[in-house]
Amino acid sequence: MSEWVKVCKKEDVLRNGGSCVKVGELQIAIFNFESQNEWYAVQNTCPHKKQSVLSRGLTGEDQGEPKIACPLHKNSFSLKTGKHLGGNQDWTLRTYPVKIENDEIYLNMI
Amino acid sequence: MINQIRKRIIVVGNGMVGYKFCEKLINKDKLNQYRVTVFGEEPRPAYDRVNLTAYFSGKTLEELTMAPFSWYEENGVDLYVNEKVTTINPVEKFIISDKGKKLEYDKLVLATGSTPFVPPVPGINKQGVFVYRTIEDLDAIIEYAKNVKSAAVIGGGLLGLEAAKALLDLKLNTNVIEFNPRLMPRQVDQTGSEFLQRQIEKLGIEVHLNKTTKEVSGNDCVDGIVFADGQVLKVDMIVVSAGIRPRDDIAKSNGIKVGERGGILVDSQLKTSAEDIYAIGECAVYEGMVYGLIAPGYKMADVVASQLTGETNEFTGADMSTKLKLMGVDVGSFGNPFAEGNDIVNVMIHNGLGGIYKRLLIDKNSKTLIGGILIGDASEYGKLLQICQAQIKVPDSPESLLIQLKSSSEDSGVAAFPDTAGICSCENITKGQIIEAYKNGSKTVADIKKCTKAGTGCGGCVPLITDIINLEVKKSGGTVNKSMCGCFSYSRIELAEIIRTEKIRSYWEVLGRYGKGRGCEICKPAVASILASYQNEFVLKHQDIQDSNDHFLANIQKNGSYSVIPRIPGGEITPDQLMAIGAVAKEFNLYTKITGGQRIDMFGAKLEQLPKIWKKLQEVGLESGHAYAKALRTVKSCVGSTWCRFGVQDSVGLAIRIENRYKGLRAPHKIKSAVSGCSRECAEAQSKDFGVIATDKGYNLYLCGNGGMKPQHARLFAEDLDETTLIKYIDRFLMYYIRTADRLTRTATWLNKFEGGIDRLKEIIIDDCLGICAELEAEMQYQVDTYKCEWSEALDDPEKLKRFRPFVNSPDTDTTIQFTEERGQIKPLILEEVSNHKPMMGDG
Repeated sequence: MSEWVKVCKKEDVLRNGGSCVKVGELQIAIFNFESQNEWYAVQNTCPHKKQSVLSRGLTGEDQGEPKIACPLHKNSFSLKTGKHLGGNQDWTLRTYPVKIENDEIYLNMI
Repeated sequence: MINQIRKRIIVVGNGMVGYKFCEKLINKDKLNQYRVTVFGEEPRPAYDRVNLTAYFSGKTLEELTMAPFSWYEENGVDLYVNEKVTTINPVEKFIISDKGKKLEYDKLVLATGSTPFVPPVPGINKQGVFVYRTIEDLDAIIEYAKNVKSAAVIGGGLLGLEAAKALLDLKLNTNVIEFNPRLMPRQVDQTGSEFLQRQIEKLGIEVHLNKTTKEVSGNDCVDGIVFADGQVLKVDMIVVSAGIRPRDDIAKSNGIKVGERGGILVDSQLKTSAEDIYAIGECAVYEGMVYGLIAPGYKMADVVASQLTGETNEFTGADMSTKLKLMGVDVGSFGNPFAEGNDIVNVMIHNGLGGIYKRLLIDKNSKTLIGGILIGDASEYGKLLQICQAQIKVPDSPESLLIQLKSSSEDSGVAAFPDTAGICSCENITKGQIIEAYKNGSKTVADIKKCTKAGTGCGGCVPLITDIINLEVKKSGGTVNKSMCGCFSYSRIELAEIIRTEKIRSYWEVLGRYGKGRGCEICKPAVASILASYQNEFVLKHQDIQDSNDHFLANIQKNGSYSVIPRIPGGEITPDQLMAIGAVAKEFNLYTKITGGQRIDMFGAKLEQLPKIWKKLQEVGLESGHAYAKALRTVKSCVGSTWCRFGVQDSVGLAIRIENRYKGLRAPHKIKSAVSGCSRECAEAQSKDFGVIATDKGYNLYLCGNGGMKPQHARLFAEDLDETTLIKYIDRFLMYYIRTADRLTRTATWLNKFEGGIDRLKEIIIDDCLGICAELEAEMQYQVDTYKCEWSEALDDPEKLKRFRPFVNSPDTDTTIQFTEERGQIKPLILEEVSNHKPMMGDG
């Protein structure tokens, strides 16, 4: 079973950057890499200090792994797996599959 | 079976030297011919007494322990703690302990150490008098200090000053009493002592020299000290640190010869008058001398361990050189710092401003270094000690040994040392041994420490070890990796050069041409900063590569809210602007605070409030303060000659002109400045990246100062400048810094690493020896001409303003940002579990 939820338009998300959407009371950060045409969505809350700020961080890559660095203390997380790249196993982001149809962004919430 | 044929060594005493003997012996005893038994009267295995003071600042007993019980066990050493040897029978070769243990020995090593000397004056036995030697002493001091307010240390030597620092840390009004006319009389001369005293007094410790204690007053407990000159000092407790006396009682009472003034007599083999009995460390006296430092003690341990395992080795005295940090002040003393005679010449630096005193004693015939004293900056200690001990000829201008121009490895002089040069005098490790360890795979200081033990004693040689490693890296063709991050194999300086000369206008272009991958959080803001430094386009044009602060033109705070700082040039503000700030803060319920840079910070703004706040601020002419950027922050000023009766120039006016000239200038790191209207220096210009101090003839310019984690005074760069020249020099300086500094390097660190130091900088900026000054000035003029307030640009750009909302699909505000109240203002309410998945609604 899967549940795709339409959240926003493609153009709402900063190109080569991130934006935050609200789904119910959940905050979800959506990121894209333009040249790779890759889209990712993860929880907006950084597991370190539990602040909802990840969409305001800078994206990048670490040895090929797309990542997001938290703007507060620069903790980096894989956008693919949600894993903390510093190796803290208690800090794993929830990730959400993303699909784009007709320039609309859908997240799979299950 | 094997045990029966192994010979027994008994070590009396388990201090640092006794322990070191065990360690050395076990390493050398490849044939496993000895069984070692150790008696220690303290309740725990040997600990690092040299760094005992660290116990006060939170270092644990565990961290101070030389080796845990398990080490003794694993190495087959029988350690008896809490047990004291009371009898030695040198004829029948056995000992008896206070617990009645009787043990025969083949070899006996006395490492009984010393006891603090306590002058036998009336009242010295009162409660509240302590010595400073063991963990138990420290615990007792800490306990007693809880109920008293003031203390005195009797003895202004090395240990006494350490004790004083410890008392100060216990929040006591602290006094140091020294019988001699100077502090640290065994290491430091009169001038050195004066420098040291000034630094110590700054910390709030009172120093009393030339004072002989006649009596300790009080009933049961101490209440003061009476001096021989009749003066009285009221104190609640006393720590005695008036020197040491070798512990020779066990030797004396068992017929082993001791010196006239105490100490167990030893020869160069460390043999005592009794056969098969050795003495090492502070309990021994060799040629009339007791060696109260750790390095000679270790050397003695090594000599005995060598002999017992068939090597030849002897002790022929030791250098009493020492380097330490006393209350934050570097103190170094090496060779013979008190040498006198017609052949001795002195080379000295007196820097009263920086609290630095350095003196070298040089033999003018042989051109060798006899000794020296370093106060305030002992960074050259390792190098100088080597030059002194290896009797390397000093350069023709020996002052070059004292002035540190740069911190690169070539400059430490370690390259010139022969492989036989001793680097670590505590562990007796040579340069050759360190190189060998490096070649065998110990590539870091930590590895070298582990493998050779070099640097594990007093730690004074660690900078030299670092230099040796760096030299080896270079020799093997390696380079220290300067790549900024995984995306670029260029440093910031190289990228700045590429962007400047090729006039590249976007991050994606430079990444595509010179980098690889998707970029990252390190190179994106760094390139954004370089682009701004040279093209000065609106930073939000490159919003996708700006760090969160630059991205939203505000400073993100711990709960995800932002702070807002308008520019207040020179700290001058009109009542209307002040009221406008107050009104905005009130309307948006922001927390307000005066910053260290003479402006006002408003905290607690939500993302969507930022444009509204700035619209109001712009109405009264307030501009972005760039507090969110690696850029010029503030130019502080004192009130200057307009109001102040001492001021010689209008410091506020100049500060405003400077701040308005350089506002918005992006740089490798933040830049701070200040202007003082006279030499009283109320604006603290000497702690800034560039600071100006007015003189009656013009302005003095100071460069590359820094507060923060590692404070550093700015260096005087040019004197009595007129304003035009002053601005010209600052223009050139700032653009040259932007061109050549590494990422996130403040000007102070930049200068420290700058080849040629401040003198070279003068040649480049004042004399234009590189011929680049016209270019630098033009680059700066471009910045000045293209300045725009970033917030006014943002407010004019509806597309950019769209970013200032928490959710792109909802008009809601972010309810996870919550506040509570403190002292009548808001403060962040941090809920550990405020998270997406457990939403906290507005129920506080």
